[in-house]
Amino acid sequence: MKPRLLVASAPALLLLCAANEPILVPDVSQRDVEIQYSFTGADLLLFGAIVYPDGRRPAKPADIMVVLKGPDQSITMREKQKVAGIWVNADSARFRSAPSFYAIASSRPIDQVVDERTAAIYEMGVDKLQLSPSSLNESAELERFQKGLIDLRERAGLYVERFGTVEISQGVLYRARLPLSARVIVGNYTAETFLVQDGRVVAAAIRDITIRKSGFERFMAVAAERWSFLYGLTAIALAVSMGWAAGAIAKRI
Amino acid sequence: MDLYLPIANLSVNALVIIALGGVVGLLSGMFGVGGGFLTTPLLIFYGIPPTVAAASAASQVTGASVSGVVTHLSRGTVDVRMGGVLIGGGVLGAGIGVLLFRLLQAIGQIDTVIGILYVLMLGGIGLLMAKESIQALVALKTGKHIQARKRRHHPLVAALPMRWRFYRSGLYISPLAPLLLGMATGILTMLLGVGGGFILVPAMLYLLGMTTQSVVGTSLFQILFVTMATTMMHAMTTKAVDLVLAMLLLIGSVTGAQVGTRISMTVRPEYLRILLAAIVLLVAARMALGLGFRPDEIYTVEVR
Repeated sequence: MKPRLLVASAPALLLLCAANEPILVPDVSQRDVEIQYSFTGADLLLFGAIVYPDGRRPAKPADIMVVLKGPDQSITMREKQKVAGIWVNADSARFRSAPSFYAIASSRPIDQVVDERTAAIYEMGVDKLQLSPSSLNESAELERFQKGLIDLRERAGLYVERFGTVEISQGVLYRARLPLSARVIVGNYTAETFLVQDGRVVAAAIRDITIRKSGFERFMAVAAERWSFLYGLTAIALAVSMGWAAGAIAKRI
Repeated sequence: MDLYLPIANLSVNALVIIALGGVVGLLSGMFGVGGGFLTTPLLIFYGIPPTVAAASAASQVTGASVSGVVTHLSRGTVDVRMGGVLIGGGVLGAGIGVLLFRLLQAIGQIDTVIGILYVLMLGGIGLLMAKESIQALVALKTGKHIQARKRRHHPLVAALPMRWRFYRSGLYISPLAPLLLGMATGILTMLLGVGGGFILVPAMLYLLGMTTQSVVGTSLFQILFVTMATTMMHAMTTKAVDLVLAMLLLIGSVTGAQVGTRISMTVRPEYLRILLAAIVLLVAARMALGLGFRPDEIYTVEVR
């Protein structure tokens, strides 16, 4: 895989160098994250090199921004309100594309790297996510729901902001560490790296990461979904046999 | 010891879940109840999604009631005919529960309904139990015997058409009464993950007027089969039964249940009942506070 990638990128490298633009050569520590019985989350290392044309480094050091994103979900958010003395779900809003996971890291605080507009275009920061609301709420209401979602997912470790944590050594090698919560869903994730110079994105590159359940966990999830009758029978058989066995053993003691 | 739950999609501390199952099992052994009324709220409190909690708690109740049913069957204290009718009703009720579950989920009120049902059910039964056990305790202390209630069924039950003989229960009543009773508990089992012994035992005693000897055995018999049916329905419809979670709960609860049974033989039943009443009222109060106080999470996300 790797040699082919190099060969494939060589012409592009030449082409880009000719265009006098730097390019990014990114990689991640794990292309496949497997969820197993002991999965309590993972730390992903996103690293790579910045290749400048002719090896000339700019006088002013560039910034790196790394965004790790999970599959989009269509969600319904509900908001509790106090009605007749008890808290019940009252208002709701629907969003068509809320990322199930979003983590961002940068080499400096975000406001020193890009302006508001650029951040909005590239969805840099959890408050810049474009969730595509599909229900008819007022904009103030939508904003409230969006804040609620971000707060909820930040505390679950599903939305992460790590500004100022990307290390750049010698101006050409960068590395960032982003935590994957144990609550991530399976699917195809993307790790995007942006090279930012003077508030402008000058290069971008993307790497795919697959998160899947493996072994026993995968088998269980598939069995519950596909062979639900047998799965149910197994659950019942397990419960009955364990309860019976415990009773039988206890009689002997 | 962290363990990943494949259906709940999160990792939990296995020892905590086993301990939780153990405590619930201990109570269920001591008091002869399934303990689902404690498992579901505790699991939700721990962070397990409510649907997964209710679905997996049902199978724990199955495990906790098996050995009880075996014992009662061998002693002949199960009215199989009555149990059969109750189970029929229970399975119907579980079916209705599935539809209700879906409906409530669609309008986003499932959590509130579960909360209110818990408060009403546990609060009501808890108060009833507390009143009775205090009376029993007073009688014990003063040495006076309470006049035993005359065993008879409720006038509404007598009004129902068609009558069957239930020999073990000492009844000649319409099978519609236990069928409806079974249905009500079936709905509760599906929605809350509880066995329904709480409702069944007093209802069998005071509404149907069954003989006390066969009440506990028959209710356990019904609970065993209805929780089995519920587990199956959850597996087929919500697909929320987490086998790993159920296994952990079972390990704890079947062991706890045996210990609990031993304890129950050494303690006076009057004290046991007042203790149970206190626990039930405590859970009800906690749930009521949860409804009234501003919750930690104002927002909930539902993926569709």
